[in-house]
Amino acid sequence: MFRLRADAPGATIAATIPVAVEGRIVRVPQGASAAAALLLAGLPSSRDSAVAGAARGPYCLMGVCFDCLAEIDGVANQQSCMVRARPGMRIRRQRGARPLEAE
Amino acid sequence: MRRCDAIVIGGGLVGTAIGYGLARAGLSVALIDEGDIAYRASRGNFGLVWVQSKGLGAPHYQRWTRASAKEWPALAAELEENTAVALGLEQRGGLQLCLSDDELDKRRAMMAQMQREAGNFGFDYKILDHAELKAMLPGLGPAVVGGSWTQYDGHANSLALFHALHQAFRAKGGRYIAKATVTEALAAPQDFRIAAGGETLVAPKIVLAAGLGNAALAPVFGLSAPVRPQRGQILVTERTAKAWPIPLGSIRQTPEGSILLGSSEEEVGFDTGQSPDIMQKIARRAVATFPWLAELQIVRAWAALRVMPPDGLPIYDESRRFPGAFTANCHSGVTLAGAHANLFAPMVARGALDPQLAPFSAARFDVPAAR
Amino acid sequence: MTVDLAIVGAGPAGMAAAALAAELGLATLVIDAEAAPGGQIYRAVEEAAEGSPLGADYLAGRGLAAALRASAAQYRPGTTVWHIDPAAPQGAALSMIADGVSETVTARRILLATGALERPVAIPGWTLPGVMTAGAAQILLKSAGIVPDGRAVLAGQGPLLALIALQLARAGAPPALVLQTTPRRNYAAAARHLGALWPGRLEIARGAALPLGLRRHGIAVRRGVRGLRALGRDRLEAVAWAGGEVAADHLFLHEGVIPDTQISRGLELAHTWDAAQLCWRPVTDAWGGSSLPTVAVAGDAAGIAGAEAAALTGRLAALDAAARLGHLGAAERDRRAAPLRAGLRRARAIRPLLDALYRPPAAVFAPEDAVILCRCEEVTAGQIRRAVRLGAPGPNQVKAFTRCGMGPCQGRMCGPLVTALIAGERGVPVAEIGPYRPRAPYKPLTLGALAGAQFATEEASTSPR
Repeated sequence: MFRLRADAPGATIAATIPVAVEGRIVRVPQGASAAAALLLAGLPSSRDSAVAGAARGPYCLMGVCFDCLAEIDGVANQQSCMVRARPGMRIRRQRGARPLEAE
Repeated sequence: MRRCDAIVIGGGLVGTAIGYGLARAGLSVALIDEGDIAYRASRGNFGLVWVQSKGLGAPHYQRWTRASAKEWPALAAELEENTAVALGLEQRGGLQLCLSDDELDKRRAMMAQMQREAGNFGFDYKILDHAELKAMLPGLGPAVVGGSWTQYDGHANSLALFHALHQAFRAKGGRYIAKATVTEALAAPQDFRIAAGGETLVAPKIVLAAGLGNAALAPVFGLSAPVRPQRGQILVTERTAKAWPIPLGSIRQTPEGSILLGSSEEEVGFDTGQSPDIMQKIARRAVATFPWLAELQIVRAWAALRVMPPDGLPIYDESRRFPGAFTANCHSGVTLAGAHANLFAPMVARGALDPQLAPFSAARFDVPAAR
Repeated sequence: MTVDLAIVGAGPAGMAAAALAAELGLATLVIDAEAAPGGQIYRAVEEAAEGSPLGADYLAGRGLAAALRASAAQYRPGTTVWHIDPAAPQGAALSMIADGVSETVTARRILLATGALERPVAIPGWTLPGVMTAGAAQILLKSAGIVPDGRAVLAGQGPLLALIALQLARAGAPPALVLQTTPRRNYAAAARHLGALWPGRLEIARGAALPLGLRRHGIAVRRGVRGLRALGRDRLEAVAWAGGEVAADHLFLHEGVIPDTQISRGLELAHTWDAAQLCWRPVTDAWGGSSLPTVAVAGDAAGIAGAEAAALTGRLAALDAAARLGHLGAAERDRRAAPLRAGLRRARAIRPLLDALYRPPAAVFAPEDAVILCRCEEVTAGQIRRAVRLGAPGPNQVKAFTRCGMGPCQGRMCGPLVTALIAGERGVPVAEIGPYRPRAPYKPLTLGALAGAQFATEEASTSPR
């Protein structure tokens, strides 16, 4: 669905970092957001909404729409477009409402 | 100029509940309301249908609140049947949690006093300790010492109540006039003329339910409504999986999954601003109660003004100078919706308040004349 | 921490204001929610290479970023303002959070340089994964050199649309189709502003190059498009319009940008409805001063005028701040302002033409009943119209009845749509309908972060009633 442009400064393997999207390793450029990682990983949608389970994906990529909510490193409902990808980051789709972490 | 059977000033939870009750009884009702931006306690409340804290030292208020809680299921069912709105009423009891021995002691004493004052009417409650609470409430923090539980408490979707009352009021033939501040009012026994929203309304009955606006309106009708604003702030979290079986006094979760956290009691006049340090106090108490709440995002917060009579108890009155003029004032518009629609409105329709409401008259504030 | 000037946002207005304010001797703090300066238009500009597909205009932002870095202004990236008390006794108090830790800074003056956001385009199917804003496509390209794979369709109008099509083409991923929605009547309306042709000649030259560029890259363009719809079940599969349909993997929408008024509304600054740009903007004086004595607004947040104008209004606000805070005499301030004002006149000259030419079609403000208006809470246009018919006079009552605006975006996306819808339903001008009233926190923060935040205490009680 999305790819690195061929001659991007970040296109060489050396300039990419590995993140895990739904458990699968994806290499993304330095400076990419977690939302960009989700898009590069080719997932058809990045969350199931907490209201009625509708499939949603990022819309604005600038922190306004909140449709890019994802679970990052175990923490639910983060605006993935506002989080910079770091090596080893674990990104998962947000499935509905935040689960309970009580004990 | 339009004539109707009753004018209700104020389209909040109190006004619409009374207006609905009157319309349902067959009266033609005009409900006058302000515009989109107004103090509107009805948009800022918590959603509790709460009994256990109401009426310490005032058994008549305890009984009125219990009666309202008893009316709630019928009102909710009726509104749900006649509108497409789900009210989400749950009345499976409620807990007030205490975070220190001192709080718990005070709570224990309060419950005992409520029971004594209830007399034959009865008031059942349980004081639970930490272990008993922990069994009911996953993730309970060690700071929680105990709590009080009664079977009478519950919660509902207060905005849904508001929406449903408006819809049902209209469906019963009620006329809702928004953006209509009262510009002129003339009172004569059983003959009231109101200029609002560019028209003149005339009716033999009028109910002042304008919240904080009642203070200025009341004297025109030979009534007194010495209410003052009291600010409360609330935090709302992101939706999360269902956490608790019942509401917890200052913590409740909606059916959608959002968790509401309250509250505060601030005497700041007509100021609906928020303050981070009060928000922080609420957050700290919430996190002390359930440490796992710390992870949750606060997605919304607000401040709203309670309509607060001098002693905290409702003011219900009928004008002696201008029979036909009534007023209703309280800070518990959600809890008392049952009573307002099903008990108060019929009284207004009949033309007189029942003797049981006499202790709620504003006359109780009159300073005795010096002799 | 106490500063003279706290600037919210590090786009062209924020960067330019900060560098000048610091130069004039003001203790300046820039609070930026992003990780690096540039805002949206100059996003990731510090890492951009010569020959970037984004073009020379974009690279010009490097100077502003460098000037900010070199200045004495403190720059706090990754930091989000969640509450402002403009009238706190010791000075305006801004509460901000970074990495889960919240702190409060006191400032003698605040400059909001929060920029703009895309006008929401609520076509049927706009919530399908695969539908994004044209700005989002540009963000991917700028920040990470990422381009869409498969068939991409761009739809809407405005200078940004053709620019992005060209940037994508230069990056090796030309869009399959550009659907231009400019209504025919706009051309006649734009013709009334031909007086802007000479002062705005640079912008016009740039703008004229765009369609030529598209043709050179072989990108198909359809004009006068109406009835846009995004089709698909759980993901975008096709884009349809009156008279056509095409399979698509990506749809990028754009009907211009509008000021980000979330904080200016939260502070209850006076706003005015801009009839030419069809958006709300804060009322500002010639220096960006707002209706609150301690708050100014600069850049697109005060009214859409582009990056060049943003840097100039940022500098004007910095001059004014210096004068108000005693670091600059009024005469000197005015002297320095003169060339900035001349530049501003020139930068703004093209605006009336652009506003008229790219005026969104009426359909943008009147989505069909089935279309979701509030994306967060999934409230449809029809539900909102019903709430208005029930008597709700404005967005806040509509919110109470429908939950529209109660989601995490706090009405940023749906606000403009709801206001327009209510006006349309009630048959009154939009200017008569008020906005949502945003409250703190302006952006979400966790209970834990709030519980641990640092600020002064006050007298009040939280009651365990």
